[in-house]
Amino acid sequence: MKLEDKLFLVTFQADTESHLSVKNQELCRKCQDKPCINACPADCWEHEHEKNEVLVSFEGCLECGTCRIICPYDNINWRYPRGGFGVKYKFG
Amino acid sequence: MADDQFDVIVVGAGPSGLTVALRLAQAGLQVAVLERGAFAGSKNVMGGIFYRHPLETVLPDFWKTAPVERAIVEQRYWMLGQQGHVGAGVRSQRFGGDHPNCWSVFRARFDRWLAEQVEAAGAMLLTEATVESLLVENGRVVGVHTGLEDGDLKANVVVIAEGVNSLLLRDLGIHPELKPNQVATVVKEVISLPAEKIEDRFNVEAGQGVSIELLGTLTRGAVGIGFLYSNRDSISLGVGVLTSDLARLKLDPHDLIENLKNHPSIRPLLAGGKTEEYLAHLIPEGGYRAIPKVHGNGWVAVGDSVMLVDSVHREGSNLAVKSGILAAEAIIQAKSKNDFSEAGLASYRERLNASFVMKDLRKYKNFSHYLESHPHFFSVYPDLINDAGTAFFSVDGKSKRQMQMELFNMFKKRRGLVGLFMDALQGGMSAL
Repeated sequence: MKLEDKLFLVTFQADTESHLSVKNQELCRKCQDKPCINACPADCWEHEHEKNEVLVSFEGCLECGTCRIICPYDNINWRYPRGGFGVKYKFG
Repeated sequence: MADDQFDVIVVGAGPSGLTVALRLAQAGLQVAVLERGAFAGSKNVMGGIFYRHPLETVLPDFWKTAPVERAIVEQRYWMLGQQGHVGAGVRSQRFGGDHPNCWSVFRARFDRWLAEQVEAAGAMLLTEATVESLLVENGRVVGVHTGLEDGDLKANVVVIAEGVNSLLLRDLGIHPELKPNQVATVVKEVISLPAEKIEDRFNVEAGQGVSIELLGTLTRGAVGIGFLYSNRDSISLGVGVLTSDLARLKLDPHDLIENLKNHPSIRPLLAGGKTEEYLAHLIPEGGYRAIPKVHGNGWVAVGDSVMLVDSVHREGSNLAVKSGILAAEAIIQAKSKNDFSEAGLASYRERLNASFVMKDLRKYKNFSHYLESHPHFFSVYPDLINDAGTAFFSVDGKSKRQMQMELFNMFKKRRGLVGLFMDALQGGMSAL
């Protein structure tokens, strides 16, 4: 089963403003492995080659915290979404 | 203190926070629980096994009305190889009956129900309320700043029950940012299946269920575990690995669970099922050595926010509940003396130390570090044990003596006699 099909099953209340961001793109350019991209269970992070930047799609974030902790440069701003926004689990 | 709006503010409506609030409300204190989700439980994830003890000490017979799934009457451990598994298990009617040992539960349902009990006891629950920072005056936590309008709330004590991503404690300088080897990234699927199918496949009666803890090739050499729990009409399947190993081995958690679903020992149990939800969460794995300060001037911290997880016995929510009960008792004592300073709240730490929570975590203080430094438990042993088991039961004309010699040589070649001996000795020592 594809990840996108699974994420389609999850209820999200998306905010207009991201609760995730890169602090400094220069550090991402230095980062060889970019472990945030592979480790994110919801594939929120991607490497955009043209500008050589790491981009995030916060709308499908499962709010686990893996990216913040796995980042070798402590380069991810990770906040909780505003009250009521973000993932809303039915089962948990 | 007179203008404080509440005696206590609890940040987070999970097992630990809700238990603190329940116990304090029962004792007549003015309590507010702030939950960032749309309802209590909407952000909460666990495997999910929930034990009768210790919640029943503050909420007797809770399971008679709480939304529990199945009483777990059989606990299995499987070491997965590529082709199958080697397993062991314990089944007993004593795990069921009127006082089951534990149940499978869904946090989003159970916590929502528990929050209703907390409100019925007199506490106030505020949902959609994200606490953005703590209010600190003269070195003392005096309240919280929320994203709500007029969002500052004051209290004598703030209980930090944020869960594993304890940003408030980090920002207060109580612990540094978590390290990747102190947490495990877990992904889980809830897969629906008719109740009769579950009862047939797991050989259980209505209301009874089975838990299977999984080790082995499913983590592809990473330190980690998997689990399969039977719910009323669904199965919870998950896999989790140390977050540092996700980076080290370049693993994608979503691949791990997809592969697990196709494992020959797992696939038939899920056949015909439909995935209903996909979830991700971190589990604290730092153990005793990673537990930060648990109280200070005007605050106490409970549950996952201070790493109270026994990863050896895969227990967490019961430690969370116990820490909640003990924090509440310490706060009640502090209120009787009107002293909410670090010294006034110190009985929380003493109570934790005297309870099974710290005793168990202290006992296993070396174990998680031991596994991390011995990756062959996750890379070499799973296939070795499965191959040995297969060889033991295979009938192909060889004499038993020859089979035993081949087994001996298999272990000698793939792990070495010194390695085997040291694994048994050191592993045993760290688990004692």
